[in-house]
Amino acid sequence: MRVSEVQQEALTAEKAKWMYQKMVEIRRFEDQVHETFSTGTIPGFVHLYAGEEAVAVGVCSHLDDKDYITSTHRGHGHCIAKGCDLKGMMAEIYGKATGLCKGKGGSMHIADVSKGMLGANGIVGGGFPLATGAGLSAKLRKTGGVAVCFFGDGANNHGTFHEGINQAAIWNLPVIFVAENNGYGESTPFEYASSCKSIADRAAGYNIPGETVDGKDTMAVYEAAQRAVERARNGEGPSLIECVTYRNYGHFEGDAQTYKTSEEREQHLNELDAIIRFREYLLSNNHASEDDLHSIDENVREAVADAVEFAEKSPMPEADQLTTDVYVNYKPGGEE
Amino acid sequence: MPVISYIQAVTQALREEMQRDEKVFVLGEDVGKRGGVFRATDGLYDEFGGDRVLDTPLAESAIAGVGIGAAMYGMRPVAEMQFADFIMPAVNQIISEAAKIRYRSNNDWSCPITIRAPYGGGVHGALYHSQSVEAVFASQPGLKIVMPSTPYDVKGLLKAAVRDPDPVLFFEHKRAYRLIKGEVPEDDYTLPIGKADVKRDGSDITVITYGLAVHFALQAAEKLAEDGIDAHILDLRTVYPLDKDAIIEAASKTGKVLLVSEDNKEGGIISEVSAVISENCLFDLDAPVQRLAGPDVPAMPYSPTMEKYFMINPDKVEKAMRELAEF
Repeated sequence: MRVSEVQQEALTAEKAKWMYQKMVEIRRFEDQVHETFSTGTIPGFVHLYAGEEAVAVGVCSHLDDKDYITSTHRGHGHCIAKGCDLKGMMAEIYGKATGLCKGKGGSMHIADVSKGMLGANGIVGGGFPLATGAGLSAKLRKTGGVAVCFFGDGANNHGTFHEGINQAAIWNLPVIFVAENNGYGESTPFEYASSCKSIADRAAGYNIPGETVDGKDTMAVYEAAQRAVERARNGEGPSLIECVTYRNYGHFEGDAQTYKTSEEREQHLNELDAIIRFREYLLSNNHASEDDLHSIDENVREAVADAVEFAEKSPMPEADQLTTDVYVNYKPGGEE
Repeated sequence: MPVISYIQAVTQALREEMQRDEKVFVLGEDVGKRGGVFRATDGLYDEFGGDRVLDTPLAESAIAGVGIGAAMYGMRPVAEMQFADFIMPAVNQIISEAAKIRYRSNNDWSCPITIRAPYGGGVHGALYHSQSVEAVFASQPGLKIVMPSTPYDVKGLLKAAVRDPDPVLFFEHKRAYRLIKGEVPEDDYTLPIGKADVKRDGSDITVITYGLAVHFALQAAEKLAEDGIDAHILDLRTVYPLDKDAIIEAASKTGKVLLVSEDNKEGGIISEVSAVISENCLFDLDAPVQRLAGPDVPAMPYSPTMEKYFMINPDKVEKAMRELAEF
């Protein structure tokens, strides 16, 4: 089943350039984290999103701050596409007091509720019920918002996948379930671990639309997401989109990636690369000039460098800050 | 006697048990071809094949539940949770099924499963790769919970867990995996589950602890010995059910007891140890029982400064021991 056809809104040059900028931000940010991680400056585990930019950006380009997303352990791309501050993100990854979670969360748990970013999540499959709950809230409070649940192919075998989608379906909630099928759950191939041929096939079991798109074709993701988001906003219920993609780096930094072939890596880093392809699309459709894109590239390079400088110069949190934010005092009656 | 690491003792015990009994098999995420993210099952896939070293989908409830079902029906599974933090979706299968099968079936069925999981902090894993989860299970009769501190204990207790007719949770401190090394016999041996072990005999103060903190207490004890304070250190090894006799003996021996755990302070294993001491040792005590444990916050934070503040270390243990000795 295909997500219902809705009137496609033409992509404006302004939106197209914003999308390109976000994709380049993600790539540059992740390449930078990769480099920095190798120097030992980053204290914890990181799972990089580079290679999957088209998914986060293609989907989030239809969202605003009232829309919620849930993310994964590979969450930097979702954060950036949803508008999180690069400096606050980088500082969080460095474990600094100026980080978006004041150093408590780190790479795997970046959250920014002001941007509708409910958080990266170190628990695989943790997001399905949360996104369904956010969708329930949006429906009950009539905010007009939708919730998007990003998840990986590993998570589609988790019980929460089935529980969350079924509940969103029976209550007709404004939720979009976006699978990032990068071929491997850690080192285990999707084909081995999943009994279905595609994750989208599983939508049929919940009587919701499901479709598979080339997750490295930005416009394919953009258009599928547009259909699903419109459908959700119109009160027509949840959808599932499977984006077939690839992660350029390992499951985590330090992963030797022996389960990948050199041919597939070569192909994905070059001819199939989402940014190279979107760049060509923008130029050939006159959405942007070479100069426009070059200046975006330069600005992003600077922004990421600024984020690194900010993170490096920021102080570590005071140790005793770990006992804060457990509970807050509230007034009788329930308000803070 | 060969000196091997804590994690090598895990692998050795698994290999020997699989060689000994063809009903023993392992299952978990990436345990097969990859040999586990920590390499605990390294080489087992090549030696025993894919039917006995099973890569599972990423679904902890099914890893535990499928293992429990196979255990009820004649097999000896060893299920791996990639991180102890990930055991939460499996709690229903472990507590509602594994723990209760023998009791509810009038002793007709049993569930000889071992569930291994790396726990503990100090590796910058942040919230969901650092937690201690033993207290979740430590009020569930029907389960046994083993938390060894040395490679020798790992091998003997893991082999005992595999052979045990009831479900055993086997929690391995991930920071100990490569940090802690020790002599381990190449021969087959088991150690009794449910028995604590005196790791240092002393007469002035008693430290009761388990896991990585045993080593911190031993290090601290050597420093105290330079000042003439002689510490007695009891390693619980099995945290549920507790070895009450050993606890009472160790507490009564010196009359001054420090309990140490990396887990949150309230409601943990050492709280129960404290209750055992208060019930049995009132007239032998010369000081209030002391607890040194993690702070009561929801999970270990990411930033190194806060993680360090959370973690137990030799200095903190030494300070607490000195204060108790001076009481």
